[in-house]
Amino acid sequence: MDKTVTKPKKMFTFISRQAPYGKDRAQLCLDAALAATVFEQKVNYVFSDDGVYQLLKHQNGGIIGSKTLGNALEALDLYGIEEVFVNEASLRQRNLNPRHLLIKTTPVTNTQLANLILKSDFVINL
Amino acid sequence: MIFSIVIYSAPFTTQSASTALRFSETLIAEGHKIYRLFFYSDGVHNASSLTIAPQDEKSLQAEWDALIKVNKLDSVVCVSSALKRGVLNNEEAERHGLAGHSLRDSSEISGLGQFIDAYIHSDRVISFG
Repeated sequence: MDKTVTKPKKMFTFISRQAPYGKDRAQLCLDAALAATVFEQKVNYVFSDDGVYQLLKHQNGGIIGSKTLGNALEALDLYGIEEVFVNEASLRQRNLNPRHLLIKTTPVTNTQLANLILKSDFVINL
Repeated sequence: MIFSIVIYSAPFTTQSASTALRFSETLIAEGHKIYRLFFYSDGVHNASSLTIAPQDEKSLQAEWDALIKVNKLDSVVCVSSALKRGVLNNEEAERHGLAGHSLRDSSEISGLGQFIDAYIHSDRVISFG
C-alpha cells in the first residue's frame, strides 16, 4: 500500500452490521478498518444488527469453503483496534449475551452509539 | 466542496453504480471537485475493459472511462477485490502469468490505504451499493 495518508490523526468509526457469511460486507468492513490502523488513524469498531453474529464462538467457515471471520476478529487488538463495541440491543434482540462472544467487547446502548458517531470524524457503515 | 465516491456494486445487477455515475457527473457540473473514485468489492467490474454493451444499451464502463478521462479524475480499484474478480492491469497479468488484462487504463490498482486517504482528504465521501 502507498503510504500517502498524512497526519493529523482522525477518528474513524466502523459499524459492521452484516452477518459474517453469505455476503462480503463483514470482511470489507474489517479490511477497511485494518487499513485505517495501518495509516495510524484512531479506530473504533462497532458490531451492530446482524453484525453481532460475527462475534459468536465456535465458527467454522471451512465447512462452506470460507475463511473463518472469527479468527480474524481475535486479532483485532493485535492490529491496534482496542475500542471494540457491541450494540447491546442487537444482542438482546437475538437472545445473545456477552458469554456467547469470542472476544471482549464493550456493550453500548443506542444513545452511547449515537454519541460515539457524533464525536467521530468519519463513520463507515458496512 | 471536495467529494470522494465509493462504489461497491457491479454494473447492471442493481442501479447503484449507474446512480453513482450520474451523481459524479452532476457534482462536476455543479462545480464541485472529486478527489477520488474508489471501486471496492463488486464495484471493480465498473473498470473492466472486457465488456460489450448490447447495441441499444449504454456501456456503464465506457461512461465511467469517459468521465474519468475528460475530468482527469483519480480512479482506484481495490487490489484484493480486483484480482479475485479478474480485473487486472497488464503488470498484474504478467506477474501472475495470465493471458490478458482487463482493467481500463483510466483506473489504477491500489490498496485500501487510498480508501482511507479519500476520507481524510474529502469534505464528503458518498457510498453507492
